[in-house]
Amino acid sequence: MAGLMTDFGNFTHAVVRAIPDSFAKSAQRRSGGELDVSKAQREHELYIGVLKHELGLRVLELPADESLPDCALVGDAAVVCGDTALIARPGAAARRKETEAMRNALKELNLNIVDMEDESATLDGEDVLFTGREFFVGISTRTNQRGAEILADTFKDYAVSMVPVQNGQRLKSFCSMAGPGLVAIGSSEHAQKCLKVVQQMSDHRYDKLTVPDDAAANCVYMNLPGKGHVLLHCAQEEYPESAKVSLNSTQHGTSPFPSPGGLTDLLRNLRLPQRRVPLHLNATPFPS
Amino acid sequence: MTTEVGSETEVKKEPEKAEEQSPAPEQDAQAPAAEPKAEAELPCGETAPPGGDGDAQPKAASPEKERKQKEPSAGKGISRFLPPWLKRQKSQSQAEPREAEKENQEKVDEQQQPGQESAPKSPVSEAKEAPGEELKSDDKDDKHSIGSADTQPAKEEKGDESLERSADVKEKEESKCEEKKEEGETPKPDSGTEKPLLKAAKKMKTVMCHVTLLDGSQFPCEVEKRAKGHFLFFKVCEHLNLLEKDYFGLSYKDAADQKCWLDPAKEIKRQIRNSPWQFAFNVKFYPPDPSQLTEDITRYLLCLQLRQDIASGRLPCSFVTHSLLGSYTLQAELGDYDPSEHRLEYLSDFQFAPTQTKEMEEKVVELHKNHRGMTPAQADAQFLENAKKLSMYGVDLHHAKDSEGVDIMLGVCANGLLVYKDRLRINRFAWPKILKISYKRSNFYIKIRPGETEQFESSVGFKLPNHRSAKRLWKVCVEHHTFFRLVTPEQPPKARFLTLGSKFRYSGRTQAQTRQASSLIDRPAPYFERTSSKRVSRSLDGAPVVSVSDQALRGDSSVAGDKENGREPALELSSDSKSKLRVQGENIYVRHSNLMLEDLDKTQEDVLKHQASISELKRSFMESTPEPRPDQWDKRLTASPATSLRLQAQGKTPPTTDGPLPDSKDIGKSAEDKQRSGTGEQAEVEIEETVVIKEVKKAPKTKDVAPEVVVGAAVAEEAKKEKEGEAEEKEDKRPGGGEASSSSDSHSESEEEAEYHPQVSSVSVDQIKEEPEEEEPKQEAPPPGADPIASAAPPRAREERGAASEGAADEEAHNGHTETRQGLVSVEEDEEEEEEEEEEEEPRLNGDVSRTETERLPQVICCSEPPVVKTEMVTISDTFAAQKTEISTKEVPIVHTETKTITYEAAQLDGAGDSEPGVLMTAQTITSESLCTTTTTHITKTLKGGLSETRIEKRIVITGDSDIDHDQALAQAIKEAKEQHPDMSVTRVVVHKETELAEEGED
Repeated sequence: MAGLMTDFGNFTHAVVRAIPDSFAKSAQRRSGGELDVSKAQREHELYIGVLKHELGLRVLELPADESLPDCALVGDAAVVCGDTALIARPGAAARRKETEAMRNALKELNLNIVDMEDESATLDGEDVLFTGREFFVGISTRTNQRGAEILADTFKDYAVSMVPVQNGQRLKSFCSMAGPGLVAIGSSEHAQKCLKVVQQMSDHRYDKLTVPDDAAANCVYMNLPGKGHVLLHCAQEEYPESAKVSLNSTQHGTSPFPSPGGLTDLLRNLRLPQRRVPLHLNATPFPS
Repeated sequence: MTTEVGSETEVKKEPEKAEEQSPAPEQDAQAPAAEPKAEAELPCGETAPPGGDGDAQPKAASPEKERKQKEPSAGKGISRFLPPWLKRQKSQSQAEPREAEKENQEKVDEQQQPGQESAPKSPVSEAKEAPGEELKSDDKDDKHSIGSADTQPAKEEKGDESLERSADVKEKEESKCEEKKEEGETPKPDSGTEKPLLKAAKKMKTVMCHVTLLDGSQFPCEVEKRAKGHFLFFKVCEHLNLLEKDYFGLSYKDAADQKCWLDPAKEIKRQIRNSPWQFAFNVKFYPPDPSQLTEDITRYLLCLQLRQDIASGRLPCSFVTHSLLGSYTLQAELGDYDPSEHRLEYLSDFQFAPTQTKEMEEKVVELHKNHRGMTPAQADAQFLENAKKLSMYGVDLHHAKDSEGVDIMLGVCANGLLVYKDRLRINRFAWPKILKISYKRSNFYIKIRPGETEQFESSVGFKLPNHRSAKRLWKVCVEHHTFFRLVTPEQPPKARFLTLGSKFRYSGRTQAQTRQASSLIDRPAPYFERTSSKRVSRSLDGAPVVSVSDQALRGDSSVAGDKENGREPALELSSDSKSKLRVQGENIYVRHSNLMLEDLDKTQEDVLKHQASISELKRSFMESTPEPRPDQWDKRLTASPATSLRLQAQGKTPPTTDGPLPDSKDIGKSAEDKQRSGTGEQAEVEIEETVVIKEVKKAPKTKDVAPEVVVGAAVAEEAKKEKEGEAEEKEDKRPGGGEASSSSDSHSESEEEAEYHPQVSSVSVDQIKEEPEEEEPKQEAPPPGADPIASAAPPRAREERGAASEGAADEEAHNGHTETRQGLVSVEEDEEEEEEEEEEEEPRLNGDVSRTETERLPQVICCSEPPVVKTEMVTISDTFAAQKTEISTKEVPIVHTETKTITYEAAQLDGAGDSEPGVLMTAQTITSESLCTTTTTHITKTLKGGLSETRIEKRIVITGDSDIDHDQALAQAIKEAKEQHPDMSVTRVVVHKETELAEEGED
């Protein structure tokens, strides 16, 4: 396993999509109230800047589509692992068109594109957690079993385990990988419950990093050449309590995670899931 | 049938005899000495069997006529007509000698040690045998030869006549081979009984087995019809020059075309039934980390298996992985890529994927180029490094339905049991989480350890297509659990005292043990050809046929065998389905409350098969020469007439002759086999097979010692109702909270509980009954070496009894003399009179037999703890201190408040299953500043067989920080418990420590 994990988080590319002015109508927006789109767009720019300049990733920026308010949430559009990209079929029918631009972009990267042709299948990318060793798929209002099966058929090397997710959330709404073998998890009851399922279903051992706020558990771990371990997480001012935990956790691990910070909740939703970028797994001989 | 066969065999054999007889002189010399005795003994004495097959056979020969008569009659009646000595001869000679020989050989193969042991014993046996033979010869020289031939055939014919006939031709060869082997292995026996041996050998029928090796080639191998699975397996391993063979096994397709594993401890014929003698050599246990294998040849074979798995689709891979693995295959098989000679066509011989595309082949070639300079061994290693990461690596899938009738797949692997729905994993049960594995008819159940936040054990049931598939799955689970989960036999000193179950435990060879054994491998890396080269140069037929040189086998055995002393070897060999049940590590108890129970649904075939297996077990049992117990024997003799049995035995015994020679180890095995067999019998009655897994050591092992110590002290007593009343009074009478109940469960299914102590073996109701006889159980206590004997003894007793019951006039003579005879007699009984025996055995078991026997008893099912246990238990109380000390290791104290949550309900649930009615009497809680002790008392009254048992379980929870002296607290608690119930005996003490760490450890 160590071999697998050595490359975990080693991203080369990031795909982002600009926030449309219609973002206020975002189907994914949880909190009610008015959304300051322009502020979100500024933060998004910041975020892209971090990816490009601080982290040195090659960033593909897709143009916004006003007809797709949620198009900036690229994490739902596809699942990338190794040299293969599975184009998702979001549970919200209105969002399915978002995948087209993503599909083209990934095609540009010479990835093997796999489409979900089964009309009965739904899959949101944010329901898919790749730990570096295996997949967990949240079975939620957005993702059904058929979608999970297609995921399993696409990535045959890996175990794909189903995790029931409730409350209308997606799996990654409250959990993500914060390091090799380290799962960041929210402290809500259902988040903890899901973590238990994950731990039970896995042949591997995962440490957990529990943060007070579920949303704060959504972060991005990277292991970049020259940068070391990087953890992209939401801004401290947004979830001060959670930030403490993750900063502390930094010391817990063998290597500290410098935190670029400055990411807002909105931006976090836009973050590039690690899968967005081709991973080099040792089982994968292909250079990206 | 028998007669005809016999005649043929004789003719052929005679020439051989002449040749072979040359060695005979020695035997003769020995024989004379023995003769006087033999004659005197004759009546009883044909017992001699152990020495040589030959002896047995000659004896048998005379009986031919008799046999004919006997066989038809089915047994009892015949005995009357036959002279006592004849009866004896048959029984003894047939069963013991052959089996003994077989076993010896096999064992030798596996382990050199056994061979050595066998040698010493053999002389004795020979001496005995010799007299018997001579006597016979005197009476009927002519018959001798004939008889021997006949006897064997008769046996074999029972099983597969057709096969036998085919084998007849080869008999000569086999006999020779065997003789050679015997000579090599155990010179002494041969000298004593060569003539007889020769005859016997000649008469043995052989069958041609075809084994498909991993490279696709066929390995033809001639084996005796009666040969057990491991005989063939070792021949194959020898042919392959494989030492690390514990990862492998032989499989065959049953009538339903299902892949089954050949049980090494069982006769091949009985397993495959009517299926062709066609086998496949396969990886049975996929090592999670192939890099830890010692030899390249082992890795190579694993690679071959995985290539099969991949090509067949059993091991799904992505395109990339297919390509990568394929490239390593090419590198290993063809070496560096050579553009001049390696074109796409050269891939035609290889299948990298179930569906192989041009694109993939191109990718394979492209990757192949990158491996330049890599040796075949390195390429194999790389192949394995990538293959082992595949999620389905080493997962054995079984079709099933969940409780709602939804199609699922159950996957058994090194880590536990996986549940798939289509390709998705929907659940996983790691071995540590599984308390019990069982099946009933076509249902498969696992009992799950309650999680941290859960209070109750839960059971999960799955529906398999049929009974056989359920049983097959169950077996695979037991085997995998044993192989992967159990660690080396790291038995702490305490284990000895505490572990009641230790006796029961079967110490199969675990992965850890295998690794240890293979670390001792000291030979130059064996040369082996890879498939590609084989394709060119090697003919499939080239494989060596029948004659396996013993030495080679020995070599293997030596490596493997080092660890296997005393019992272990036996255990390994006897890998009955039941054997699988064995608990290996101290950590885990595997129990079969009901072993190998068969469904009511079972077909006649099943029944027959079952009976066959039982008879086999019995035979093996008999083989083990129990020490003579004159006392019991006498009693029985008086009690019942055994004569009839003997007659039967003569007829049937011949098959036994085929068996390996009896080694001390063998004996041990046989004893175990018997026990198992016993269980098997019961199994018929009962339907369930259950494996209970206890992980005893866990708690102690946890380095971090939690401050909390939960001490469960179970006090069990057989008390008449009167006592019960008293006991109740004595106990504190406070309405027990939920806590108390849990204990009851533990009792009934003590094994199921995740108790940390091996000793824990629960006190079964049966045990209680047996208490008066407890002393006997102690026999088992002795070190491994002694064990076999002890175990063997009980079986005898049974047999003897059985014989007696049937009424044998001759038995008296037998008494002192040889155990073997008894065994023989019993064998007969087994085959023909299984039912009777069963009935008889049960009662016997209680009294005489070790706990194992008790397990057999249906009654015992739930608790199933042998009488022996009690003795140990007694010790335990004393021993306790030792335990404590270990447990008490003081480490960072992490206090679990949850401890208090010990569930009352859970107990109820269990109790229901166990069918032991429990009444919660009292619960007491005492709290002091630094120490909190909660005592829960659970009293269970059971009425069985007219005896009322009172079992009191006390659960004492000691909560506190590290300052507490847990040992002292524990000792105090136990002391108090004793004082409270002076008339009760402590049967079990379970110490459970809770630590946060422990929780993590579970997964």
